[in-house]
Amino acid sequence: MGAQLRVYKRRIKSVSATKKITKAMEMIAASRIVKAQRQVAASTPYASELTRAVTAVATGSNTKHPLTTEVEQPVRAAVLLVTSDRGLAGGYSSNAIKAADKLTERLRGEGKEVVHYVVGRKGVGYYSFRERPVAASWTGFTDSPTYADAKKVADPLIEAVLTDTAEGGVDELHIVFTEFVSMMTQTPVDKRLLPLTLDTTEAEDEAAKDQILPLFEFEPSDEAVLDALMPRYVESRVYNALLQAAASEHAARRRAMKSATDNAEELIKSLTRLANAARQADITQEISEIVGGASALADATAGSDR
Amino acid sequence: MAAELHVELVAADRSVWSGEATLVIARTTSGDIGVMPGHQPLLGVLESGPVTIRTADGGTVVAAVHGGFISFADDKLSLLAEMAELADEIDVTRAERALERAKAEADAAAERRADVRLRAAAVPG
Repeated sequence: MGAQLRVYKRRIKSVSATKKITKAMEMIAASRIVKAQRQVAASTPYASELTRAVTAVATGSNTKHPLTTEVEQPVRAAVLLVTSDRGLAGGYSSNAIKAADKLTERLRGEGKEVVHYVVGRKGVGYYSFRERPVAASWTGFTDSPTYADAKKVADPLIEAVLTDTAEGGVDELHIVFTEFVSMMTQTPVDKRLLPLTLDTTEAEDEAAKDQILPLFEFEPSDEAVLDALMPRYVESRVYNALLQAAASEHAARRRAMKSATDNAEELIKSLTRLANAARQADITQEISEIVGGASALADATAGSDR
Repeated sequence: MAAELHVELVAADRSVWSGEATLVIARTTSGDIGVMPGHQPLLGVLESGPVTIRTADGGTVVAAVHGGFISFADDKLSLLAEMAELADEIDVTRAERALERAKAEADAAAERRADVRLRAAAVPG
Protein backbone atom coordinates (compact mmCIF):
# COMPACT_ATOMS: atom_id res chain seq x y z
CA MET A 1 0.00 0.00 0.00
CA GLY A 2 1.18 3.47 -0.83
CA ALA A 3 2.14 5.80 1.98
CA GLN A 4 -0.48 8.35 0.90
CA LEU A 5 -3.24 5.78 0.93
CA ARG A 6 -2.28 4.61 4.40
CA VAL A 7 -2.52 8.16 5.72
CA TYR A 8 -6.01 8.59 4.26
CA LYS A 9 -7.18 5.25 5.66
CA ARG A 10 -5.98 6.25 9.11
CA ARG A 11 -7.80 9.59 8.97
CA ILE A 12 -11.03 7.97 7.78
CA LYS A 13 -10.84 5.58 10.71
CA SER A 14 -10.37 8.35 13.24
CA VAL A 15 -13.15 10.47 11.75
CA SER A 16 -15.55 7.50 11.81
CA ALA A 17 -14.73 6.95 15.48
CA THR A 18 -15.54 10.60 16.20
CA LYS A 19 -18.72 10.32 14.19
CA LYS A 20 -19.85 7.36 16.27
CA ILE A 21 -19.37 9.39 19.44
CA THR A 22 -21.18 12.48 18.17
CA LYS A 23 -24.01 10.33 16.81
CA ALA A 24 -24.40 8.69 20.21
CA MET A 25 -24.40 12.08 21.97
CA GLU A 26 -26.98 13.36 19.51
CA MET A 27 -29.26 10.45 20.26
CA ILE A 28 -28.84 10.75 24.02
CA ALA A 29 -29.58 14.47 23.86
CA ALA A 30 -32.64 13.86 21.69
CA SER A 31 -34.09 11.40 24.18
CA ARG A 32 -33.38 13.74 27.07
CA ILE A 33 -35.15 16.69 25.44
CA VAL A 34 -38.41 14.78 25.60
CA LYS A 35 -37.86 13.99 29.27
CA ALA A 36 -36.95 17.60 30.04
CA GLN A 37 -39.99 18.86 28.16
CA ARG A 38 -42.19 16.51 30.12
CA GLN A 39 -40.74 17.88 33.33
CA VAL A 40 -41.45 21.42 32.22
CA ALA A 41 -45.03 20.41 31.49
CA ALA A 42 -45.36 18.65 34.85
CA SER A 43 -44.24 21.75 36.73
CA THR A 44 -46.61 24.04 34.86
CA PRO A 45 -49.79 23.47 36.95
CA TYR A 46 -47.97 24.43 40.15
CA ALA A 47 -46.39 27.49 38.55
CA SER A 48 -49.62 28.76 37.04
CA GLU A 49 -51.65 28.18 40.22
CA LEU A 50 -48.97 29.95 42.21
CA THR A 51 -48.91 32.86 39.78
CA ARG A 52 -52.66 33.13 40.12
CA ALA A 53 -52.39 33.18 43.90
CA VAL A 54 -49.62 35.79 43.82
CA THR A 55 -51.66 37.95 41.49
CA ALA A 56 -54.62 37.64 43.82
CA VAL A 57 -52.61 38.78 46.82
CA ALA A 58 -50.73 41.48 44.96
CA THR A 59 -53.92 43.02 43.61
CA GLY A 60 -56.23 42.15 46.48
CA SER A 61 -54.26 43.58 49.37
CA ASN A 62 -52.60 46.87 50.05
CA THR A 63 -49.84 45.46 52.21
CA LYS A 64 -46.38 46.74 51.56
CA HIS A 65 -44.03 43.81 51.33
CA PRO A 66 -40.30 44.04 50.62
CA LEU A 67 -40.73 41.51 47.85
CA THR A 68 -43.40 43.43 45.99
CA THR A 69 -42.62 47.10 46.53
CA GLU A 70 -40.32 48.90 44.21
CA VAL A 71 -37.44 50.72 45.88
CA GLU A 72 -37.20 54.34 44.81
CA GLN A 73 -33.46 54.33 44.40
CA PRO A 74 -32.35 50.79 43.62
CA VAL A 75 -28.67 50.41 44.51
CA ARG A 76 -27.95 46.77 43.94
CA ALA A 77 -29.33 44.13 41.63
CA ALA A 78 -28.77 40.39 41.67
CA VAL A 79 -28.41 38.52 38.39
CA LEU A 80 -28.85 34.77 38.33
CA LEU A 81 -27.26 33.24 35.25
CA VAL A 82 -28.14 29.71 34.18
CA THR A 83 -25.56 27.93 32.03
CA SER A 84 -24.66 24.29 31.47
CA ASP A 85 -22.19 22.02 33.24
CA ARG A 86 -20.90 20.43 30.07
CA GLY A 87 -19.82 21.85 26.78
CA LEU A 88 -20.38 20.45 23.29
CA ALA A 89 -23.69 22.25 23.04
CA GLY A 90 -22.84 24.81 20.40
CA GLY A 91 -23.29 28.39 21.51
CA TYR A 92 -25.67 27.48 24.33
CA SER A 93 -23.63 28.65 27.31
CA SER A 94 -21.85 31.52 25.60
CA ASN A 95 -25.15 32.94 24.36
CA ALA A 96 -26.57 32.90 27.89
CA ILE A 97 -23.37 34.49 29.23
CA LYS A 98 -23.54 37.16 26.55
CA ALA A 99 -27.14 37.94 27.48
CA ALA A 100 -26.10 38.22 31.13
CA ASP A 101 -23.25 40.57 30.21
CA LYS A 102 -25.62 42.75 28.27
CA LEU A 103 -28.04 42.88 31.17
CA THR A 104 -25.19 43.66 33.57
CA GLU A 105 -24.10 46.53 31.38
CA ARG A 106 -27.63 47.88 31.21
CA LEU A 107 -28.05 47.71 34.98
CA ARG A 108 -24.68 49.36 35.52
CA GLY A 109 -25.76 52.07 33.08
CA GLU A 110 -28.77 52.65 35.31
CA GLY A 111 -26.37 53.16 38.20
CA LYS A 112 -26.94 49.86 39.94
CA GLU A 113 -24.34 47.62 41.43
CA VAL A 114 -24.60 44.09 40.07
CA VAL A 115 -24.14 40.93 42.11
CA HIS A 116 -23.73 37.71 40.15
CA TYR A 117 -25.09 34.28 40.96
CA VAL A 118 -24.12 31.54 38.54
CA VAL A 119 -25.48 28.07 37.83
CA GLY A 120 -23.44 25.64 35.72
CA ARG A 121 -19.74 24.91 35.38
CA LYS A 122 -19.40 26.81 32.09
CA GLY A 123 -20.58 30.06 33.60
CA VAL A 124 -18.48 29.55 36.72
CA GLY A 125 -15.42 28.94 34.53
CA TYR A 126 -16.11 32.08 32.51
CA TYR A 127 -16.34 34.25 35.60
CA SER A 128 -13.39 32.75 37.44
CA PHE A 129 -11.16 33.03 34.34
CA ARG A 130 -11.95 36.74 34.11
CA GLU A 131 -11.61 37.05 37.88
CA ARG A 132 -15.05 38.53 38.26
CA PRO A 133 -16.57 38.09 41.69
CA VAL A 134 -19.48 35.69 42.01
CA ALA A 135 -21.70 35.81 45.10
CA ALA A 136 -22.63 32.14 44.86
CA SER A 137 -22.50 29.37 42.30
CA TRP A 138 -24.00 25.94 41.89
CA THR A 139 -22.95 23.09 39.63
CA GLY A 140 -23.80 19.48 39.00
CA PHE A 141 -27.53 19.46 38.25
CA THR A 142 -28.10 21.38 35.01
CA ASP A 143 -28.87 18.15 33.13
CA SER A 144 -31.98 17.33 35.14
CA PRO A 145 -32.69 19.80 37.92
CA THR A 146 -35.01 18.83 40.76
CA TYR A 147 -37.13 21.06 42.93
CA ALA A 148 -34.63 20.62 45.75
CA ASP A 149 -31.93 22.07 43.48
CA ALA A 150 -34.13 25.05 42.67
CA LYS A 151 -34.70 25.57 46.40
CA LYS A 152 -30.97 25.49 47.00
CA VAL A 153 -30.47 28.19 44.36
CA ALA A 154 -33.44 30.31 45.41
CA ASP A 155 -32.73 30.38 49.16
CA PRO A 156 -29.69 32.71 49.12
CA LEU A 157 -31.42 34.88 46.52
CA ILE A 158 -34.49 35.37 48.68
CA GLU A 159 -32.25 36.02 51.65
CA ALA A 160 -30.36 38.67 49.66
CA VAL A 161 -33.61 40.35 48.68
CA LEU A 162 -34.86 40.38 52.27
CA THR A 163 -31.59 41.82 53.59
CA ASP A 164 -31.37 45.59 53.95
CA THR A 165 -29.62 47.30 51.07
CA ALA A 166 -27.25 49.01 53.49
CA GLU A 167 -26.15 45.60 54.78
CA GLY A 168 -25.42 44.19 51.36
CA GLY A 169 -28.89 43.14 50.32
CA VAL A 170 -30.22 43.55 46.80
CA ASP A 171 -33.19 45.55 45.56
CA GLU A 172 -33.84 43.70 42.35
CA LEU A 173 -33.58 40.13 41.21
CA HIS A 174 -33.04 39.24 37.58
CA ILE A 175 -32.68 35.84 36.02
CA VAL A 176 -30.98 35.01 32.73
CA PHE A 177 -31.69 31.64 31.19
CA THR A 178 -32.28 30.05 27.82
CA GLU A 179 -35.93 29.80 26.98
CA PHE A 180 -37.06 26.68 25.21
CA VAL A 181 -39.14 27.98 22.32
CA SER A 182 -39.09 24.88 20.15
CA MET A 183 -36.84 22.01 19.18
CA MET A 184 -35.01 24.31 16.81
CA THR A 185 -35.15 27.64 18.63
CA GLN A 186 -33.85 28.45 22.08
CA THR A 187 -33.34 32.07 22.98
CA PRO A 188 -31.53 33.48 25.99
CA VAL A 189 -33.84 35.80 27.91
CA ASP A 190 -33.52 38.01 30.96
CA LYS A 191 -36.47 38.42 33.27
CA ARG A 192 -36.97 40.47 36.36
CA LEU A 193 -38.41 38.33 39.13
CA LEU A 194 -38.51 40.87 41.91
CA PRO A 195 -39.83 43.29 42.74
CA LEU A 196 -42.91 41.92 41.21
CA THR A 197 -44.21 43.88 38.29
CA LEU A 198 -47.45 42.49 37.08
CA ASP A 199 -46.75 43.43 33.50
CA THR A 200 -43.57 41.38 33.37
CA THR A 201 -45.23 38.17 34.52
CA GLU A 202 -47.75 36.11 32.71
CA ALA A 203 -50.02 37.04 35.56
CA GLU A 204 -51.37 39.94 33.60
CA ASP A 205 -52.66 37.80 30.77
CA GLU A 206 -54.34 35.48 33.22
CA ALA A 207 -55.79 38.34 35.20
CA ALA A 208 -57.12 39.85 32.01
CA LYS A 209 -58.72 36.55 31.15
CA ASP A 210 -60.34 36.20 34.55
CA GLN A 211 -61.47 39.81 34.35
CA ILE A 212 -62.21 40.57 38.00
CA LEU A 213 -60.38 38.69 40.69
CA PRO A 214 -62.52 37.70 43.65
CA LEU A 215 -61.99 39.37 46.99
CA PHE A 216 -59.99 36.84 48.95
CA GLU A 217 -60.10 36.14 52.61
CA PHE A 218 -56.56 35.62 53.82
CA GLU A 219 -55.74 32.97 56.33
CA PRO A 220 -54.14 33.88 58.76
CA SER A 221 -53.43 37.37 57.36
CA ASP A 222 -52.44 38.87 54.05
CA GLU A 223 -48.91 39.68 55.28
CA ALA A 224 -48.39 36.14 56.49
CA VAL A 225 -49.67 34.78 53.19
CA LEU A 226 -47.33 37.06 51.26
CA ASP A 227 -44.42 36.12 53.49
CA ALA A 228 -45.03 32.47 52.72
CA LEU A 229 -46.05 32.92 49.11
CA MET A 230 -43.16 35.01 47.80
CA PRO A 231 -40.29 32.60 48.49
CA ARG A 232 -42.33 29.78 46.93
CA TYR A 233 -42.98 32.01 43.94
CA VAL A 234 -39.28 32.70 43.47
CA GLU A 235 -38.47 29.04 43.93
CA SER A 236 -41.02 27.97 41.37
CA ARG A 237 -39.77 30.60 38.90
CA VAL A 238 -36.18 29.46 39.40
CA TYR A 239 -37.29 25.85 39.04
CA ASN A 240 -39.09 26.64 35.83
CA ALA A 241 -36.04 28.51 34.51
CA LEU A 242 -33.75 25.60 35.39
CA LEU A 243 -36.05 23.11 33.67
CA GLN A 244 -36.36 25.24 30.54
CA ALA A 245 -32.61 25.75 30.51
CA ALA A 246 -32.10 21.99 30.78
CA ALA A 247 -34.44 21.36 27.86
CA SER A 248 -32.68 24.08 25.85
CA GLU A 249 -29.29 22.64 26.71
CA HIS A 250 -30.26 19.22 25.41
CA ALA A 251 -31.80 20.72 22.28
CA ALA A 252 -28.68 22.82 21.65
CA ARG A 253 -26.46 19.81 22.22
CA ARG A 254 -28.54 17.69 19.90
CA ARG A 255 -28.24 20.29 17.17
CA ALA A 256 -24.50 20.78 17.69
CA MET A 257 -23.93 17.04 17.64
CA LYS A 258 -26.11 16.60 14.58
CA SER A 259 -24.04 19.09 12.62
CA ALA A 260 -20.85 17.47 13.95
CA THR A 261 -22.11 14.11 12.71
CA ASP A 262 -23.02 15.61 9.35
CA ASN A 263 -19.60 17.21 9.07
CA ALA A 264 -17.90 13.93 9.93
CA GLU A 265 -19.92 12.20 7.23
CA GLU A 266 -18.91 14.85 4.73
CA LEU A 267 -15.29 14.51 5.75
CA ILE A 268 -15.39 10.74 5.44
CA LYS A 269 -16.88 11.09 1.97
CA SER A 270 -14.19 13.44 0.70
CA LEU A 271 -11.45 11.45 2.39
CA THR A 272 -12.75 8.27 0.76
CA ARG A 273 -12.63 10.01 -2.62
CA LEU A 274 -9.04 11.09 -1.96
CA ALA A 275 -8.13 7.59 -0.78
CA ASN A 276 -9.66 6.09 -3.95
CA ALA A 277 -7.70 8.52 -6.09
CA ALA A 278 -4.52 7.70 -4.20
CA ARG A 279 -5.14 3.97 -4.64
CA GLN A 280 -5.85 4.47 -8.34
CA ALA A 281 -2.66 6.53 -8.67
CA ASP A 282 -0.73 3.74 -6.96
CA ILE A 283 -2.15 1.17 -9.35
CA THR A 284 -1.50 3.37 -12.38
CA GLN A 285 2.03 3.90 -11.24
CA GLU A 286 2.54 0.20 -10.67
CA ILE A 287 1.19 -0.63 -14.13
CA SER A 288 3.33 1.98 -15.79
CA GLU A 289 6.33 0.62 -13.87
CA ILE A 290 5.59 -2.93 -15.04
CA VAL A 291 4.94 -1.84 -18.59
CA GLY A 292 8.00 0.35 -18.58
CA GLY A 293 10.08 -2.47 -17.11
CA ALA A 294 8.72 -5.00 -19.58
CA SER A 295 9.36 -2.77 -22.58
CA ALA A 296 12.87 -2.00 -21.31
CA LEU A 297 13.44 -5.76 -20.98
CA ALA A 298 11.98 -6.34 -24.43
CA ASP A 299 14.21 -3.65 -25.86
CA ALA A 300 17.21 -5.20 -24.18
CA THR A 301 16.50 -8.73 -25.47
CA ALA A 302 15.69 -7.35 -28.90
CA GLY A 303 19.08 -5.67 -28.82
CA SER A 304 20.97 -8.85 -27.85
CA ASP A 305 19.16 -10.89 -30.55
CA ARG A 306 20.50 -8.69 -33.25
CA MET B 1 -76.90 24.74 43.56
CA ALA B 2 -73.59 23.39 42.58
CA ALA B 3 -72.77 21.02 45.38
CA GLU B 4 -69.38 20.17 44.06
CA LEU B 5 -66.10 21.94 43.91
CA HIS B 6 -63.22 21.26 41.62
CA VAL B 7 -60.01 20.33 43.40
CA GLU B 8 -56.49 20.49 42.04
CA LEU B 9 -53.81 19.09 44.30
CA VAL B 10 -50.47 19.98 42.77
CA ALA B 11 -46.93 19.46 43.98
CA ALA B 12 -44.01 21.48 42.67
CA ASP B 13 -43.06 18.92 40.07
CA ARG B 14 -46.33 17.19 39.22
CA SER B 15 -50.07 17.24 39.50
CA VAL B 16 -50.99 14.83 42.29
CA TRP B 17 -54.78 14.64 42.20
CA SER B 18 -57.61 16.48 40.57
CA GLY B 19 -61.34 15.94 40.49
CA GLU B 20 -64.70 16.91 41.95
CA ALA B 21 -65.28 16.96 45.68
CA THR B 22 -67.90 17.93 48.22
CA LEU B 23 -65.63 18.76 51.13
CA VAL B 24 -61.96 19.44 51.60
CA ILE B 25 -60.32 19.56 55.00
CA ALA B 26 -56.82 20.99 55.29
CA ARG B 27 -54.65 22.31 58.05
CA THR B 28 -53.70 25.97 57.82
CA THR B 29 -51.34 27.76 60.17
CA SER B 30 -54.31 28.95 62.20
CA GLY B 31 -56.06 25.60 62.43
CA ASP B 32 -57.99 23.06 60.43
CA ILE B 33 -60.30 24.43 57.81
CA GLY B 34 -63.08 22.74 55.93
CA VAL B 35 -64.08 24.06 52.55
CA MET B 36 -67.41 23.24 50.97
CA PRO B 37 -68.88 24.50 47.72
CA GLY B 38 -69.86 28.15 47.90
CA HIS B 39 -67.19 29.06 50.43
CA GLN B 40 -65.89 32.60 50.49
CA PRO B 41 -62.78 33.13 48.32
CA LEU B 42 -59.89 32.10 50.50
CA LEU B 43 -56.14 32.08 50.40
CA GLY B 44 -54.32 30.42 53.24
CA VAL B 45 -50.97 29.05 54.26
CA LEU B 46 -50.90 25.32 54.88
CA GLU B 47 -49.13 23.54 57.66
CA SER B 48 -47.58 20.15 57.24
CA GLY B 49 -50.53 17.87 57.69
CA PRO B 50 -52.95 15.45 56.13
CA VAL B 51 -55.48 16.79 53.65
CA THR B 52 -58.80 14.99 53.41
CA ILE B 53 -60.88 15.25 50.26
CA ARG B 54 -64.42 13.85 50.15
CA THR B 55 -64.95 13.14 46.51
CA ALA B 56 -68.22 13.66 44.68
CA ASP B 57 -68.82 9.92 44.39
CA GLY B 58 -68.59 9.44 48.15
CA GLY B 59 -65.01 8.27 48.41
CA THR B 60 -62.23 9.79 50.45
CA VAL B 61 -58.79 10.81 49.29
CA VAL B 62 -56.15 11.46 51.89
CA ALA B 63 -52.82 13.05 51.11
CA ALA B 64 -49.85 14.13 53.17
CA VAL B 65 -48.98 17.71 52.34
CA HIS B 66 -45.81 19.43 53.45
CA GLY B 67 -46.08 23.19 53.36
CA GLY B 68 -47.92 25.12 50.71
CA PHE B 69 -51.12 27.03 50.11
CA ILE B 70 -54.81 26.59 49.78
CA SER B 71 -56.64 28.87 47.44
CA PHE B 72 -60.34 28.81 46.75
CA ALA B 73 -62.45 30.91 44.42
CA ASP B 74 -65.46 30.26 42.16
CA ASP B 75 -65.86 26.70 43.43
CA LYS B 76 -62.33 25.92 42.30
CA LEU B 77 -59.94 24.88 45.00
CA SER B 78 -56.22 24.53 44.51
CA LEU B 79 -53.88 23.01 46.98
CA LEU B 80 -50.30 23.95 46.21
CA ALA B 81 -47.68 21.96 48.03
CA GLU B 82 -43.95 21.73 47.74
CA MET B 83 -44.35 18.07 48.45
CA ALA B 84 -47.54 16.07 48.41
CA GLU B 85 -48.20 12.36 48.52
CA LEU B 86 -51.43 10.43 48.31
CA ALA B 87 -52.01 8.05 51.20
CA ASP B 88 -51.68 4.95 49.03
CA GLU B 89 -48.39 6.20 47.59
CA ILE B 90 -46.80 6.42 51.00
CA ASP B 91 -44.30 3.74 51.87
CA VAL B 92 -45.19 3.05 55.51
CA THR B 93 -42.03 1.20 56.41
CA ARG B 94 -39.90 3.94 54.92
CA ALA B 95 -41.85 6.61 56.74
CA GLU B 96 -41.49 4.65 60.00
CA ARG B 97 -37.77 4.41 59.47
CA ALA B 98 -37.61 8.13 58.68
CA LEU B 99 -39.56 8.85 61.87
CA GLU B 100 -37.15 6.83 64.00
CA ARG B 101 -34.16 8.46 62.36
CA ALA B 102 -35.63 11.92 62.83
CA LYS B 103 -36.30 11.16 66.49
CA ALA B 104 -32.75 9.94 66.95
CA GLU B 105 -31.33 13.05 65.33
CA ALA B 106 -33.86 15.32 67.05
CA ASP B 107 -34.78 16.80 63.67
CA ALA B 108 -38.17 18.28 64.46
CA ALA B 109 -39.08 19.13 60.85
CA ALA B 110 -38.23 15.69 59.53
CA GLU B 111 -40.03 14.08 62.45
CA ARG B 112 -43.15 16.05 61.69
CA ARG B 113 -42.97 15.17 57.99
CA ALA B 114 -42.67 11.47 58.73
CA ASP B 115 -45.44 11.69 61.33
CA VAL B 116 -47.78 13.38 58.88
CA ARG B 117 -47.04 10.73 56.30
CA LEU B 118 -47.80 7.93 58.71
CA ARG B 119 -51.01 9.53 59.89
CA ALA B 120 -52.18 10.10 56.32
CA ALA B 121 -51.43 6.49 55.47
CA ALA B 122 -53.29 5.25 58.57
CA VAL B 123 -56.60 6.90 57.59
CA PRO B 124 -58.76 4.34 55.81
CA GLY B 125 -59.15 5.61 52.28
